[in-house]
Amino acid sequence: MIRNKTGAVSRGIIYVFLFLLAVVWIYPLYFVVINSFSAAEEVTKGVYFFPPGVTLENFAYVFQTPLILTGIWVSVARTVVGTVLNLLFCGFIGYMVTVKDLPMRKWIYRMIVATMYFTSGLIPWYVLMVRLELKNNFLLYVLPGAVSAFYVVLIKTYVESLPPSLEESAALDGAGTLTVFFKIILPVCKPVLACVAVFGAVWQWNAWSDNMFLVTDANLQTLQYLLYRMMQSSSMSEAITGKVRIEPMAVRLTMTCITVMPILLVYPFMQRFFVKGIMLGSVKG
Amino acid sequence: MLTKIMKKAPGPPALGRWSGRRARQIKLTLLVLPFVCLVLLFHYVPLLGWVYAFVDYAPGLALSQMNFAGLKYFEYLFSGISDFPIVIRNTLMLSLLKIASMAAPVLLAILISQVRSARYGKFIQTASSIPNFISWVLIYAIFFIFFSSEGGMLNRALAFFGGGETVNLLGNEDIAWGMQTAISIWKQAGWDAIIYMAAIAGIDQALYDAAAVDGAGELRKVMHVTIPGILPTFFVLFLMAVANILSNGFEQYYVFQNPMVIDRLEVFDTYIYRMGIINSQYSYATAMGMFKSIISIALLTAANTVSKKVRGESIF
Repeated sequence: MIRNKTGAVSRGIIYVFLFLLAVVWIYPLYFVVINSFSAAEEVTKGVYFFPPGVTLENFAYVFQTPLILTGIWVSVARTVVGTVLNLLFCGFIGYMVTVKDLPMRKWIYRMIVATMYFTSGLIPWYVLMVRLELKNNFLLYVLPGAVSAFYVVLIKTYVESLPPSLEESAALDGAGTLTVFFKIILPVCKPVLACVAVFGAVWQWNAWSDNMFLVTDANLQTLQYLLYRMMQSSSMSEAITGKVRIEPMAVRLTMTCITVMPILLVYPFMQRFFVKGIMLGSVKG
Repeated sequence: MLTKIMKKAPGPPALGRWSGRRARQIKLTLLVLPFVCLVLLFHYVPLLGWVYAFVDYAPGLALSQMNFAGLKYFEYLFSGISDFPIVIRNTLMLSLLKIASMAAPVLLAILISQVRSARYGKFIQTASSIPNFISWVLIYAIFFIFFSSEGGMLNRALAFFGGGETVNLLGNEDIAWGMQTAISIWKQAGWDAIIYMAAIAGIDQALYDAAAVDGAGELRKVMHVTIPGILPTFFVLFLMAVANILSNGFEQYYVFQNPMVIDRLEVFDTYIYRMGIINSQYSYATAMGMFKSIISIALLTAANTVSKKVRGESIF
């Protein structure tokens, strides 16, 4: 009886402690969102708990800036194109290394997996990108990462867990490799492809260092890198948004809000795919 | 459609079976070839660039036109007059602090596992793991908004309550390492805890029941069942962290660098960028990157050997 009581008390303490931790994680994001939706003069005073009134004036102001609109467009484009390439390329090669007739398929797989464990370093990579004319080129964002070892491992492991009769019978029926891939493999791989899609999309949306290293073209700047430059100096935010009519902090908050919003909206619903992906990845084939 | 495809065809044709197989092998190889080339091009071809560490690299020249430099750049690296000692000190300190903070997600996972309400547990897991999926630029933006000395929320609040001095948490060299460790715990502990949660979910319930029969309370169940149950997962993550000790990430330290803290936050990855791309000292930066890559591969191999010895299973 006494033990039950102390148990309940300590459990209560744990619940409260975890709640306080959750506040530490969530409050900064909440703060960014409520201030972005508050009038600039309220932001100057500081909005800490509830917005005194909801207004879109910060967004209206930020959206008037051509550079930011371009940034949103570039970030969306690299996320969509990059993720589709991940799905197609990693899906195809992940399936192909399971096809028994492919010569040296084990070596091809090993060659891909090995790329997870070594790197040539920044400079040789940078020089190669320049030589390949990928400097100031949209393909820089989507092509080098299109075949990614982690996704190939996920897909290959999943395809191997499927009953082999599925594709064998199709092959015997005279269906070509590509037909089997598009008509049979892709549809049955939906669960693992969902994992690859969420990982790929989040990675693409968050990427910015390739932009900093190799892209100077104003029409190819990603939202993330624009945000970084705005944070670096007020003069930079003036350069980006034109003359500052509202406080730099309000502009920065709103930019942060726009950049973080897709993750906040999508993550709670997609969490199970991330968890499943990381679990699949730890069971290596 | 599918039922038609799935219907078994009557046996393979006996005639021309071998030539058919050879043709199929060639066809499959041709299909895979472009993707194999892509991997070779973006991951293996850059390794050839290590040769830049042994010549005086100049952009625009052919390799044959560059002066052979021998080990000049490696000698400079270890000569003691380079920035190497500072860079390696920062890199190792930040990595060791990160390894020490690996206790945080373990603790968090154990606390979450004590939550009986599934919905509350799920809420805590989601809240704590969101920051892991936010870019370092955004993390920087958020910390800047709160802690900046020019109009940050902390200083506004301090001014409101009558504090005279401006606090600059992001520009204080004495606390730079601690701040970065705290920031990476804030970003990553929640997600790492989810990995441990999966390990906890895999523990046989019978072990808890047996412990309860023996009169163990919650604390002793944690000590004797939960912790041994997640130890293998911890061990793998620990070995990976050791293997990555020199590559602790470009993005985090780059975004948080400023003139006040650069002496504490300049790590290998940021220094290579600054030397190579900003200052155009390609050969020196390549030598440093090569040194880093080789040490990392050696550490990874060592970690794997340890893992095989201790767990009878490799990490990869």
